[in-house]
Amino acid sequence: MRIRQIVRAAALEAGLSLVDQTKIITAASELARNTLDHGGGGHASIERLQEGGRRGVRIVFEDTGPGIPDVDAALRPGFTTGRGMGLGLSGARQLSNEFSIATEVGRGTRVTIARWK
Amino acid sequence: MDRIPILKIGAALLVTIQVDLHDSVAMALEEDLSNMIVKAGAKGVLIDISALEIVDSFIGRMLANIAGVARMLDADTVVVGMRPAVAITLVELGLSLPGVKTALNAERGMALIQRRVAESGLEADHAAGEF
Ligand SMILES: Nc1ncnc2c1ncn2[C@@H]1O[C@H](COP(=O)(O)OP(=O)(O)OP(=O)(O)O)[C@@H](O)[C@H]1O
Ligand SMILES: [Mg+2]
Repeated sequence: MRIRQIVRAAALEAGLSLVDQTKIITAASELARNTLDHGGGGHASIERLQEGGRRGVRIVFEDTGPGIPDVDAALRPGFTTGRGMGLGLSGARQLSNEFSIATEVGRGTRVTIARWK
Repeated sequence: MDRIPILKIGAALLVTIQVDLHDSVAMALEEDLSNMIVKAGAKGVLIDISALEIVDSFIGRMLANIAGVARMLDADTVVVGMRPAVAITLVELGLSLPGVKTALNAERGMALIQRRVAESGLEADHAAGEF
C-alpha cells in the first residue's frame, strides 16, 4: 500500500519521532484497509499541518460505501462485521491525537486522523 | 503467485517476512507452513519480522492464525525481531497475539524451540519408563 510511504514521508517532514511515525502509519494502514474492505474503495488525502510552532500530519479517508449504522459499536475494540479482529477503528483512534468519523448509511464514510509532534 | 520461502533449520521452520503482505500471500503462507510442519515434523516456527516497519491488525491476525494452526500440529510459534516502536504501537492498538511467543532475535527464538524439543524428549522417556 503506497499510502504508508506517503504518510511516512509527511510524518518525517513534520519531525515526528520514530514511535509516533510508527503509530500514525499503523493507524493509516488500518483505515486504508477499512476503506477498501468495508467501504468498497475510496481515497485518502494527506495534509501537512503547521500551527504556530507545532507541526503535524492529518489524513482523511473517504469512501462512498455503505456507511456505518452504529458508530459507537464500530469503535468498540473487538467489534467486527467481517472476519477481522475488530481492532482497526478503535486502534486508529488510540494511535492518533485527533480522530473523527462522519458517516451516513448508504452514502459513505469519512475518517479523519491527525498526529502532532 | 508470490510465495514466502520457508527454511528448515533443525526442528524449526524459519520464515522471514520482508514487505507488505497481500491477503493471498498471507493465506498461501499459512497453508505452506502447515504442510511443512507436518512433512518436516517441525516442533517450532520462527517468524522473523525485523524487516517490518509496522504491524497492523491484518499482519497480527495472520501471526495469530499461524500460531493457532501450528499449535494444533504440536508446534510452537515464536515471533522474533519485533522493533521497539512496533511493540509500543501494538500495545496501543490493543493487539495481544494470543498463543504467540516472542523472542528478541532468531538465535533466542531458536533456543526457545530447542528447549521445547529437549523437554518433550524427556517427557517421552519418562512416559516410556512408566510402562
Ligand atoms: N469505511 C467503512 N465503511 C463501512 N463500514 C466500516 C468502515 N470502517 C469500519 N466499518 C465497520 O466497522 C467495523 C469495525 O471496524 P474495525 O476496523 O475496527 O474492524 P474490522 O475491519 O472488522 O477488523 P480489523 O480491522 O481488526 O481487521 C467493521 O467491521 C465494519 O463493520
Ligand atoms: Mg479494520
